[in-house]
Amino acid sequence: MAEENKNFQLEIITPDRVFYKGEASMVEFTSVDGEMGVYKHHIPLTTVLAPGIVTVTEPGGKKFAAIHAGFVQILGEKVTFLAEIAEWPDEIDAGRAQAAKARAEERLRSHSAEVDVARAEIALKKALVRLDAKR
Amino acid sequence: MASMRDIKRRKGSIQSTQQITKAMKLVSTVKLQKAKSRAEQSNPYFNYMYQTVTSMLARSGNMSHPYLQAGSSSKKAVITIASNRGLAGGYNSNIVKLVTDSGIPKDEAKIYIIGRKARESLERKGYEITGDYSDVIEGPTYGDAAQICKEVLGAFTKGEIGEIYLAYTHFKNTVSHEPTLMKLLPIEFDEAELKEADSNTLMNYEPNEEEALDLIIPKYLTSLFYGALVEAVASENGARMQAMDSATSNAEEMISDLTLKYNRARQGSITQELTEIIAGAEAIS
Repeated sequence: MAEENKNFQLEIITPDRVFYKGEASMVEFTSVDGEMGVYKHHIPLTTVLAPGIVTVTEPGGKKFAAIHAGFVQILGEKVTFLAEIAEWPDEIDAGRAQAAKARAEERLRSHSAEVDVARAEIALKKALVRLDAKR
Repeated sequence: MASMRDIKRRKGSIQSTQQITKAMKLVSTVKLQKAKSRAEQSNPYFNYMYQTVTSMLARSGNMSHPYLQAGSSSKKAVITIASNRGLAGGYNSNIVKLVTDSGIPKDEAKIYIIGRKARESLERKGYEITGDYSDVIEGPTYGDAAQICKEVLGAFTKGEIGEIYLAYTHFKNTVSHEPTLMKLLPIEFDEAELKEADSNTLMNYEPNEEEALDLIIPKYLTSLFYGALVEAVASENGARMQAMDSATSNAEEMISDLTLKYNRARQGSITQELTEIIAGAEAIS
């Protein structure tokens, strides 16, 4: 039997640009229900993304990117990410992420009434994901 | 007939105006190119978003989701996108006209305004301005769009408004821009398009469909709104470029007209002087 092509079409699109377009054999990401890995011929699925790292396994190697908020549509041969923000590790400013992390932690610790806890938590999560992707 | 000095002064002032309009035209040409490429880059995102949401709604059939039904309030929010600066031909007044002619009664409209020029004229006409986000248009980002959408959606879920409209200038190409009024909420889709999108693949949702809709529809609206913002910026610069182009050529025409008049006046004065000298010489001899 001939070797079957294991690659599928992968697209990552943000409002500013087409972030990634190519063929991949596997993609891993974090959805709101937990981490997921997708191969070719996955059942059709639409799920909402949580801030996290996307790992794209290409024939040539692995690629990492940080993604915050959005959703993903999985069809057997094609996977499309619609992300609000997506960044490659070399686009991330580690210093700024570190500062944002410190700020968010400070706000969460203060427990004052003006602090929007949900917002601070999202900010903290974003900063952590950015730092994670940098590593 | 105007004196030579008057004509000269007028010509000088038109010339300096022409220099200004020429410079403004160049500036808006550059800005237009930038805005155009941004609009083109945001297009794929918007297209996918539209496809996904249409197919989701097609499969889910008649769901009773709050975003798909008009709220109980008769108030209608109109997000109006115009510009902060004038000298763009009919750009701002067309948007204002679109809102006033839209059939939305004045006392039911709540205007969320972007662009000081349109705000001034709508206020004068007696519309209620609920929010002003004029600074956004200087350099719209997706974050700005998300922020504004959140506020308007918040008002919708609280029941302060029953419907949401978006008034902006659609950028067709460099020379043609079209003021457009779009209904954002409750979402309405073309029946034919819905049928077409109803493909045979069965889609699963995680978390369940309703929650997914809850999360995806705000993103869909934000993307529509962001697209409108980017297009409006492109249209504004396009309109200004055209206005300044015709102003420059009008100035050109006036200058050549005045040059002709000036030369005629000069020739007239020379002829007059000559006649006077000849007459004087004849009187002496």
